Amino acid sequence: MSQEAKLQPPKTEPPSTGGTAKANVPKLSAQGVSFYYGSFKALHGISLDMREKRITALIGPSGCGKSTFLRTLNRMHETVRGTRLEGRIFLDGSDILEEEVTAVRLKVGMVFQRSNPFPKSIFENVAYGLHVNGFRGGRQGVREVVERSLHKAALWDEVKDKLHQSAFGLSGGQQQRLCIARALAVDPEVLLLDEPCSALDPIATAKIEDLLFELKSETTIVIVTHNMQQAARVSDYTGFFLLGKLIEFDSTNTIFQNPAQKETEDYVTGRFG
Amino acid sequence: MKPSYLQKKIVNYLMFTLTGICAAVSVGILFFILGYLVYNGGKSLNLSFFTKLPVPVGEVGGGMANAIVGSAKVLLLATCIGIPIGFLGGVYLSEYSRKSVAFVIRYTTDLLNGVPSIVIGIVVYGLVVHPMKHFSTFAGGVALGIMMIPISVRSTEEFLLAVPVSLREAALAVGAPKWKAIVTVVIPAAMRGIISGTMLDIARVAGETAPLLFTALGNQFWSPGWNQPSATLPVMIYTYAISPYEDWHRQAWAAGFILLTLVLLINVLARVALSKGIYVPRG
Repeated sequence: MSQEAKLQPPKTEPPSTGGTAKANVPKLSAQGVSFYYGSFKALHGISLDMREKRITALIGPSGCGKSTFLRTLNRMHETVRGTRLEGRIFLDGSDILEEEVTAVRLKVGMVFQRSNPFPKSIFENVAYGLHVNGFRGGRQGVREVVERSLHKAALWDEVKDKLHQSAFGLSGGQQQRLCIARALAVDPEVLLLDEPCSALDPIATAKIEDLLFELKSETTIVIVTHNMQQAARVSDYTGFFLLGKLIEFDSTNTIFQNPAQKETEDYVTGRFG
Repeated sequence: MKPSYLQKKIVNYLMFTLTGICAAVSVGILFFILGYLVYNGGKSLNLSFFTKLPVPVGEVGGGMANAIVGSAKVLLLATCIGIPIGFLGGVYLSEYSRKSVAFVIRYTTDLLNGVPSIVIGIVVYGLVVHPMKHFSTFAGGVALGIMMIPISVRSTEEFLLAVPVSLREAALAVGAPKWKAIVTVVIPAAMRGIISGTMLDIARVAGETAPLLFTALGNQFWSPGWNQPSATLPVMIYTYAISPYEDWHRQAWAAGFILLTLVLLINVLARVALSKGIYVPRG
């Protein structure tokens, strides 16, 4: 089955951007994903390939389903009762809907719109994922992973002297980077970010965007954003959602400079939405 | 015609006064009871009240040491029975139950909470005292334990529901199974609230008399173990207060004073625990 999935031609193939051959293998592939809240159909057969070690941005007006779609990618949608998913989602060719859910979420991490640190110390926040997954590296191992994750999230220098203080003492931007560090600690292959900067000031936003560039070298990133400049700045590919449908998916340059669809052009030029 | 400015001012003044008086009355009643108890109970209180057994009518002195210990034992047992059941029930209610099931559980616990305490006393009399053929500390603990369950369920549920969804999602997003997210994140975040709810629960049943009349009964002597009738403060107050003896009345006042002090103390501790804050941002 996984072989089949790999051979299946992606339905929305963006034009080659001259990347390596590997960059054209989809890391994460949604195929015909429809989603229902009760009887309301929030997503209409979304098919979308997300390239390995690239940043894919999902844009669109509020309520267009981009966050809903993102949440299906690590099966976070299952926490909401009365919802139903149709279609298939492949990670490296195997259907995540048939795997054990905790294993999926280990591989596909998530950062939320509002920073949500645990009411624990900074250290405990980052180490949480290790503890709940039975990490066998000993205390020294945990310390190393925590330090590495905080480095990756560009937070280490700011918190290294207060690792055992409450995470709530950090600023909003720091808390969000802490959440990224927490997600990175379990070494996910894919990182999903749901409007991670919507509650942050421009300086904190810039830090997170720099961070995404750094992370791109080892992680596949999918980011939902309201901010079109942000999508244009950070992403390699962009998908435009409208009313639960994927209107257009292409390289970010194409979407912003030469979109094929009228709706996309109207949205990215600010004529509506 | 619209009311004039003067009319508005008068109405405002009247309503302000009325609500103020009502507020003062509700606070005043508590302070009146408190003051009355302190006045009557305080002067009857001495060291032997805490250390000595009751003495027969006519003898001077004596205390309620057995009732104080008896109450403590009954409350301890009630807590050990009521809180685990109530707590785990609350966890199920807030974290696992479907809407329709939750509605049934909530409704049932509220009904159980409304069952007159004397009815619970009679039920435990039938379930425990009758088969065992005698009154006991154990039966008293069971009766009060049953009374503690509904409040514990609801307070646990409410404090767990107050933990933001975002924290649960954060735990699940790093691969925690649901039960682990509940044990390691949700319950700790709600812990202060749950503890204060438990204390208020204990304070509430500490003064219950009716269920104990049918279960722990009463005892003029020490009641070692869990298997004999036991004196408790509320029943002692009842027995002594309806007696015709002046000495006993004084003892009843003192016992009332002690019981009220205990309940107030637990209440204050619970508020302090809660005011330290559920250290969780809302929303």
